[in-house]
Amino acid sequence: MKVKVISRNPDEYLRDTKKDLYKVPRNFDPDLHPFEAAREYVRALNAVKLERVFAKPFVTSLDGHRDAVSCIAKNPTELSVLVSASYDGEVRVWDLAQRKCLRDFLAHEGVIRGVTYIPDGNQFITLADDKTIKTWKTQMPQFGEDEEPVNTILSKTVIGGISHCVRGTKFATCGEVCQLWEQTRNEPIRTYQWGVDSLHDVRFNPVECNILAACASDRSIILYDTRDSGPIRKVVMKMRTNRLSWNPMEAFVFTSANEDYNLYTFDTRHLKHPTNVHMDHVSAVTDVDYSPTGKEFVSGSYDRTIRIFECDKGHSRDVYHTKRMQRLTSVKWTLDNKYILSGSDEMNIRVWKARASEKLGPLKPRERLALNYSEALKEKYAHHPQID
Amino acid sequence: MAKTRYFVSDDKKAKEETTKKVKNKIHNTKKKERVYNVKVKPNVWGRKREDSKIKKVKQISNPNPKYPGKAPVPKELLEKYSRGDGINKSGIKTGIYKKKLEHKERNIEFTTEQAARVEILLTEDTGYLEAEDGETTTQFTQKQIADSVDIAAASKSFDLKLMDFGPYCAKYTRNGRHLLLGGKKGHVAAFDWFTKKLYCELNVMESVHDVCWLHIETMFAIAQKEWVYIYDNQGIELHCLKRLNRVTKMEFLPYHFLLATASDQGYLSWLDISIGEIVTQYNTKLGRLTMLTQNPYNAVLCLGHAKGVVSMWSPNTRDPLAKILCHKSTMTALHVDPKGLYMATAATDRSLKIWDVRKLSGPLQSYNLRSAPTHVALSQKSLLALGMGNVVEIYRDSCTTPTRTPYLRHRFNIPINSFNFCPYEDVLGVGTEWGFTSLLVPGAGEPNFDALEANPYQTKSQRQESEVKSLLEKIQPDLITLDPTSIAEIDIPTLKDKVEAKRKLLFVKPPKINYEPRRKGKGKGGSAKIFKNKKIVQELAKKEFVKDVKVVTTEMRSKKVAKNKKPKNVLDRFLPKK
Repeated sequence: MKVKVISRNPDEYLRDTKKDLYKVPRNFDPDLHPFEAAREYVRALNAVKLERVFAKPFVTSLDGHRDAVSCIAKNPTELSVLVSASYDGEVRVWDLAQRKCLRDFLAHEGVIRGVTYIPDGNQFITLADDKTIKTWKTQMPQFGEDEEPVNTILSKTVIGGISHCVRGTKFATCGEVCQLWEQTRNEPIRTYQWGVDSLHDVRFNPVECNILAACASDRSIILYDTRDSGPIRKVVMKMRTNRLSWNPMEAFVFTSANEDYNLYTFDTRHLKHPTNVHMDHVSAVTDVDYSPTGKEFVSGSYDRTIRIFECDKGHSRDVYHTKRMQRLTSVKWTLDNKYILSGSDEMNIRVWKARASEKLGPLKPRERLALNYSEALKEKYAHHPQID
Repeated sequence: MAKTRYFVSDDKKAKEETTKKVKNKIHNTKKKERVYNVKVKPNVWGRKREDSKIKKVKQISNPNPKYPGKAPVPKELLEKYSRGDGINKSGIKTGIYKKKLEHKERNIEFTTEQAARVEILLTEDTGYLEAEDGETTTQFTQKQIADSVDIAAASKSFDLKLMDFGPYCAKYTRNGRHLLLGGKKGHVAAFDWFTKKLYCELNVMESVHDVCWLHIETMFAIAQKEWVYIYDNQGIELHCLKRLNRVTKMEFLPYHFLLATASDQGYLSWLDISIGEIVTQYNTKLGRLTMLTQNPYNAVLCLGHAKGVVSMWSPNTRDPLAKILCHKSTMTALHVDPKGLYMATAATDRSLKIWDVRKLSGPLQSYNLRSAPTHVALSQKSLLALGMGNVVEIYRDSCTTPTRTPYLRHRFNIPINSFNFCPYEDVLGVGTEWGFTSLLVPGAGEPNFDALEANPYQTKSQRQESEVKSLLEKIQPDLITLDPTSIAEIDIPTLKDKVEAKRKLLFVKPPKINYEPRRKGKGKGGSAKIFKNKKIVQELAKKEFVKDVKVVTTEMRSKKVAKNKKPKNVLDRFLPKK
């Protein structure tokens, strides 16, 4: 007779000392794990509920401007620094980590229309309705020194927007015409014009540095190639485009914020139709900015809301709004993909979390694992009405 | 035009070529500045065509054929861990979804393979009993088996003589560590049967009909003469559930936290023990209920009736989900195996049938025995135990192949009252007229437990944590259906459902709106205005509803009209428009 009965040695299943971890033998036999689908569904439901509970996107508000914020620029080399300009010609530099204004000075007489950092982050350029383009140092002036621009350029025409090339020293401005400048020169190196209408926004392509896109007031979006002498493409919409933003990861794609409450995503290889139309705003969309991952973008609107869209979805994932927030003038997605900055008519700059329920600060490995798991579950059961 | 510029190669020749092209294009562009007039109506154009032009990277073949990679996993093992076949991709029209689903399928395959590979890490082996030539396994007595196994295992075979309060029923916890005994005459005892440590022993001074552990070993329910009581493991009465009246059998559904009871008067009830409320309670209208078992695979209750019928019940419908005529005479016992594959039923005409619970079209096996079995039980490894008077017989492989001779047999001096296989152990616990006997049945239990599911060596803190976790993951009773995977499947309303829903709209009353206007600040609208606003909202809702109904009715009518439409006349165009 040969006989064997299950006989477990408790030492193999119990921990030796109190400081040991518990032993957790696993057996992945599906028969020992009944109700797999139902339990996963409940977990997904719990994850969604927790997400709602923790959805507190508003981080802080930076106040100090004495007029509406007109534009914001991100520093390409430092995450915590931000420069903002307002309608009264004041420029402020902020430290996001400390939530403090580091510097403030009157830069222009008149509305500042554009501000941008140069790629190395040492200087930033502002331009205003007083037809001047001023370059400023990022470094604070020494004690006793006055705030003075490094360089001032007087433009012959009215200017309304600026964009600096990601590599190199060129930058572009728009206004009556689109002009290409070199940092060291005081005259535009090139001027582009198509028709007689003025332009109000211009953006360099973040990858292919020779491509420029501008929004014109004749309802069109114009693409330029700086190696060419003239513009190359024009997309005419039904209504005016306010701003546009290139996708930093797929740089042949750009999204435009339109006056007709929608955002349109275009593929430059095929401009006949937009690849996607993003609807949800209930008033004109004023600004749009892509996340550094290129998967999502944020838009601000005259309807006093910020909306976050996934690139390939027609409707927004999230909408941010506070009671006191007025019409949005500019929105930016920070380069660490975690925050959204918004400047609005009522003089405040607001900082929001890009994902409303995300925990700030470092995550423990187990925490991250659990979050990833619930994320996967949510995706799996997304079609259930209670989870979506 | 700009396309070539995106993918400029480093070769000199290519560079020259591209510059040439660019030069040419500069000349061309002056003539061909293109303007696109965009239609605002979204006619979304996919990127598929452009993307498909990008060249795919070739896969490199194995540079070292000496090492071909991982060892293949046997097919049967993969089958054990697989969740069924993948989806049929032929019906998917868009490429992007096809790719997404392919990716998903690949992930699922990978996980199955990984799970199958992990099996070599399992530490314990299944028990067995093998006879040598000229012997049969049936001839071995419990004493012989206990003598030839190790001491720890031998201590699992024991006998409790409790002469005064029998007959006894016994239940194990889900992890197999704890045992609850209930004597008909009121004796109740809970203990850890590994270490033989007694938690509590009490006499409830009433008749005890059934006992049942709740989700953890600190609580158990007892069906007494009138009502169901809940005690903790110190024997302190926690609750008296007067709504569960004259209960005969109880089952606990651990993932739903439901205590299911069957009563003397034919009532079935589900009590949610996490919130202490009865989920549903209704009369089955099938008379006294004496046989109750749960299907652990889908948490459906199975009842056996005197007419030879087995009925399956969920708390969501008042009618049984299924009714099967299993036997031509009165049933005596039924049990569903822990995997939820087989159901064993026995009747007074000495017949025993094994059913596939998922199919139920006909019995898998049908046996005629020498005497009528009064109790049946199936173990984790599908061993079948039969109780006939004072004899327990255990059969091996009886579910899949017809078997004649029992695997083991044990004869008592006294009649058996109930028995259960202990999960994760090779033990059959038999409650008899005079006490409780624990029999060794090699090969009955699953040797490797999953500590996150049921852990016999659970400590207090582990128990507490798992209790919280399982409470968070409590499945709602609405999800109890015959097919528990249905939640993960796609729900598509049939045409019939759609038509039915539309037709229903005609007979629905307008919904009542309980609109409470917001109290604005002081001085902004008195109660009269609020009342007015309320009326307006309600009227609006009513109008909208009536409009909807009208649309539906006209649609339905127009369909009828369309059929008897006259052929069009040329002069019809001068008729007034409708």
